[in-house]
Amino acid sequence: MTQRSLKLIGAGSAVSLLALGAAQAAEDPISLTIVSWGGAYTQSQVRAYHEPWMELNPHVTIINDDGSANALAGLRAQSQAGNVTWDLVDMLPSDAQLACDEGIILPIDHDEMLAAAPDGTPASEDFLPGSLGECFIPQIVYSTVLTFRPGAFPEDNQPSSIADLFDTENFPGRRALQDRPGTNLEWALYADGVDPDDIYDVLATPEGQDRAFAKLDTIKDDIVFWTEGAQAPQLLADGEVVFATGYNGRMFDAIEVEGMEAEIIWDGQVVEWDGWVVPADGPNVDAVMEYLYFATDTQRLADQASFISYGPARASSAELVGEHADLGIDMNEHMPTAPENYFAPIVLDNDFWTDYGDELRERFANWMLQ
Amino acid sequence: MFDVRDDTAFVRFDRVQKSYDGVSLVVKDLNLDIARGEFMTMLGPSGSGKTTCLMMLAGFETATSGDILLGGKPINNIPPHKRGIGMVFQNYALFPHMTVGENLSFPLEVRGLGRSDREAKVKRALDMVQMGAFAGRRPAQLSGGQQQRIALARALVFEPDLVLMDEPLGALDKNLRERMQYEIKHIHESLGVTVVYVTHDQTEALTMSDKVAVFDDGKIQQLAPPDILYEEPSNAFVAAFIGENNTLRGQVVRIEGDVCTVKLSEGGGEVKALRVNVEGEGAQTTLSLRPERVMIAGGDSHMDNVFDAQVQELIYLGDHIRVRVQVAGNDEFIVKVPNSSSGRKVRVGDALRLGWAMQDCRALDPS
Amino acid sequence: MAQADAGGVPLETGRSGKPASEKRQKLVTADGTPLKRALQRAERRRVLAALLLVAPLLVFLLTVFIFPIGQMMWRSVDNPQVVNALPNTLQALQGWDGRELPDERVFAALRDDFLADAERPRREQTIGPLGIRLNYELSAARGAISRTARQVPQFEEPYKEAFLDAHRLWGDPALWRVIQREGRPLTMSYYVAALDREFDEFGNIVQRDENRRIYVSLYGRTLALSVGITFLCFLLGFPIAYYMSILPMRQANLLMICVLLPFWTSLLVRTTAWIVLLQQQGVVNTLLVSVGLIGDDNRLSLIYNMTGTIIAMTHILLPFMVLPLYSVMRTIPPSYMRAAKSLGATPTTAFRRVYFPQTLPGIGAGAVLVFIISIGYYITPALVGGQSGRMISNEIARHMQQSLNWGLAAALGTMLLVGVLVLYWLYQRLVGAESLKLG
Repeated sequence: MTQRSLKLIGAGSAVSLLALGAAQAAEDPISLTIVSWGGAYTQSQVRAYHEPWMELNPHVTIINDDGSANALAGLRAQSQAGNVTWDLVDMLPSDAQLACDEGIILPIDHDEMLAAAPDGTPASEDFLPGSLGECFIPQIVYSTVLTFRPGAFPEDNQPSSIADLFDTENFPGRRALQDRPGTNLEWALYADGVDPDDIYDVLATPEGQDRAFAKLDTIKDDIVFWTEGAQAPQLLADGEVVFATGYNGRMFDAIEVEGMEAEIIWDGQVVEWDGWVVPADGPNVDAVMEYLYFATDTQRLADQASFISYGPARASSAELVGEHADLGIDMNEHMPTAPENYFAPIVLDNDFWTDYGDELRERFANWMLQ
Repeated sequence: MFDVRDDTAFVRFDRVQKSYDGVSLVVKDLNLDIARGEFMTMLGPSGSGKTTCLMMLAGFETATSGDILLGGKPINNIPPHKRGIGMVFQNYALFPHMTVGENLSFPLEVRGLGRSDREAKVKRALDMVQMGAFAGRRPAQLSGGQQQRIALARALVFEPDLVLMDEPLGALDKNLRERMQYEIKHIHESLGVTVVYVTHDQTEALTMSDKVAVFDDGKIQQLAPPDILYEEPSNAFVAAFIGENNTLRGQVVRIEGDVCTVKLSEGGGEVKALRVNVEGEGAQTTLSLRPERVMIAGGDSHMDNVFDAQVQELIYLGDHIRVRVQVAGNDEFIVKVPNSSSGRKVRVGDALRLGWAMQDCRALDPS
Repeated sequence: MAQADAGGVPLETGRSGKPASEKRQKLVTADGTPLKRALQRAERRRVLAALLLVAPLLVFLLTVFIFPIGQMMWRSVDNPQVVNALPNTLQALQGWDGRELPDERVFAALRDDFLADAERPRREQTIGPLGIRLNYELSAARGAISRTARQVPQFEEPYKEAFLDAHRLWGDPALWRVIQREGRPLTMSYYVAALDREFDEFGNIVQRDENRRIYVSLYGRTLALSVGITFLCFLLGFPIAYYMSILPMRQANLLMICVLLPFWTSLLVRTTAWIVLLQQQGVVNTLLVSVGLIGDDNRLSLIYNMTGTIIAMTHILLPFMVLPLYSVMRTIPPSYMRAAKSLGATPTTAFRRVYFPQTLPGIGAGAVLVFIISIGYYITPALVGGQSGRMISNEIARHMQQSLNWGLAAALGTMLLVGVLVLYWLYQRLVGAESLKLG
């Protein structure tokens, strides 16, 4: 109110220009550079977090940078050059752990820095178990799912499980898999009969690794590898493949928004988090912390789910998830965490991939080259 | 009209025509015989069709109609590499990636000659052009004149009966050009090879050739030995193109046998001239008169034609003085005055009396 | 200058006591400066001007080319992590035979190092980077380090048992061998890894497990692909360049625009176009099926494999072959071919013996350009190459951007650079670089 009256005086009187300047100095314009994955995902963040925050704080401008795919390299390069320009970065927990070990992102005291649930549950208990990291604040639960083209198979013989991905006899045709070991090795073991809870124990042994690669060998001739997230639905839509693995949000978009003819198999979905990290020595750490407090509260996380089909990372958000903002579809059934979808999840083990990632990536690359 | 063919012709162009665009003819109805051992020069301004004729003979262009015969056989359908004709190009076209020796050896190699044969012939050819020491050099390491010799040697090394030369001396400076003219002439005489030579330089044509074909506008204007060409040009183009020439225009008023009387168009009086190429009485004509045949007349001399003239300009040339005078309304009239001790001094503005013989003044087509 | 002497300008009048002969020996300019110095001054100005002209480029090259390459090479051997994090442990490990597990003394030193690290400000902590570094050499080492680090403050003697309880890897002599081996400021282990080799338990360099060897074969494939693409570019580019060189300028320019078109389209547009054309349900396959050349269930795989990489890269790199070829061919007058024919060579012989050898500088320049560019290409292979069409640069990019193993990326990059330099040197020895004609 005082600010407003000051402005009014300023408009009427040249003498009070000085006073007006002083008032505005209190709220210097700030621009926050927020790095994310681009596309529909960034859009969901813009509409659920950025726009409401900028409305509440007119002096803040948020600049979107689609650099998350190479965020780790970018963070390290900026930190080594001593010129950190990113304020907030969206990344995967495994990368966050690596950056945290290097000391190039800030550690987070979750209860101190994040909002509690509406019922008073502290943040550290409200976020889904195991999702919080030393330097990592999760936003969403996403999963890598298997998708297929129903038209490619007879109506009475439709695939329904991960095992069907490896069954080229009953379900012939090419399959699009991501060109990295994660998810693929887990599914190979799962299809080979390993219980989802034991997968990482088996995969940590040389015998288990051999077993996974042997299973992948059985479909190798039918595999098309994809690299970028957008390629998977594209391959499916173009009729290049009959199965494709992909991120459930992108698949939701392709099926529900673009009208692609495809179905998601929730069996064996590989569940992972995605969230925020704060670069150390960023240009506006205080302003970013304010924003984070707001953007990760219960309502905001629930809001994001009405723009994209990723599940909120807070337990208290789940009951607030409603309809898709544009399509009017009930989003609850499209959440990876919906009970009817979450019947056989494989929770991605970041510790395992931290330890064995280098080795398995090399072996996977070698396997692809053979 | 120029049908001087005999049945022993080595090269014969028989009613050859050439068109590039189907609209206009570059070569119009060419008939030309070249005897074995002859040095024939095709002379003409650029665009006159002479090079096209040479290229048709070499096989790089095909005649649109008519036949070209070599040794009595038509060669229209024989590709260039089977014609066995040596050729010297304007820019020499020495292969830059081969040494001089390899360049000369090339035509022998493609003919399948053995190594020792090749070496002997290459050596002989190089010696012939006094370049024996240069077999290991690359063309780029040679001067223009040296390259020219090599190009000549290469065209001759496989002993062709016919050698074509397309302005081979065009890129050389004046002194070198004159020396090469003699050399080429000398080689021609000693080898007895038939040469067809293309140039736009009339001095070159006059000094080297047995016969010169003057080309203009796709046609041969005159085919004759050099002296005839100079002294007895058969039309105004040849007269103007070969050597220096004074031109007077007028109308034929009377013809008496070889002599015709011409009334000059500038109102300068009447001239008696030799009838060469005049349609008849009343026709327009161009009179051609060589500067050296014009005399500065003394008071008592008896010339067929005597005119008053005024000196406009003197150009000192050492052995003679070119005097530009105004005669009968023409002020581009040139008279050559020998620089002899007995000669009289001429100054600008002097009034002179000029005279010339009827035989030296040729009445040609009006052009 | 001679004029200066003759002009009689007063020479050092102040010191007229000196013999005149001595003065005359020193040449001076009109204003009395010694000639040598005047010349030096004039020259210096010219040198300075020349230096000023090239200075921007020099600075530019130094900052964006030489310096980063130097830094890359340094990074491929730089190895500060273990030395920084475990000074006490390394000291205690001196003289360890590498067979049995180290004794309590070493574990106590390790505890000291962990505790000392926790004291440091966060940005200077070294345990995180240590874990990352050791994990390159031994899987699970990072987990061992980070999980142990949280428990160390509660450790009680005997520390050896405490460490072994915290993580099984502490009981593995392999981890200790890695610590001992990498406890030096410089390392060759990135190069060892880049050559698909590793250290065995005796410290010898041996080949890796067969199923983990990738880089050597990838180098081989990159080389083979680059040679193949260069050759294809030559096969396709030579006739085009020849045709352009004999066309009139106007038509030649039009054709040149067609050749250059891939330069002017964005990568995304080009890639989309290739996908539309080459995929199994794409234009080319559909055409072949409708013509009846291939069966509907036998559609060709033209993209997302090596074929895709070859087609796409040949397309992009063709101009680099055509341009030098064209510029060389344009300068070859048609009279050479005519001369050869007039000398009796058949058109084929004339082409082979006379025309073709003269295009060699263009072929050399084009081939070197295409080869060097293609050996370092990575965006196109990543987009249309699938797995079999990947090249070494894709692996380097992955280590730069995803796995963040910059040491290995630098080693792979340095090897690529050295490889290209060696090949260029060989080319120079065999063909001669002066024969290159770049435009």
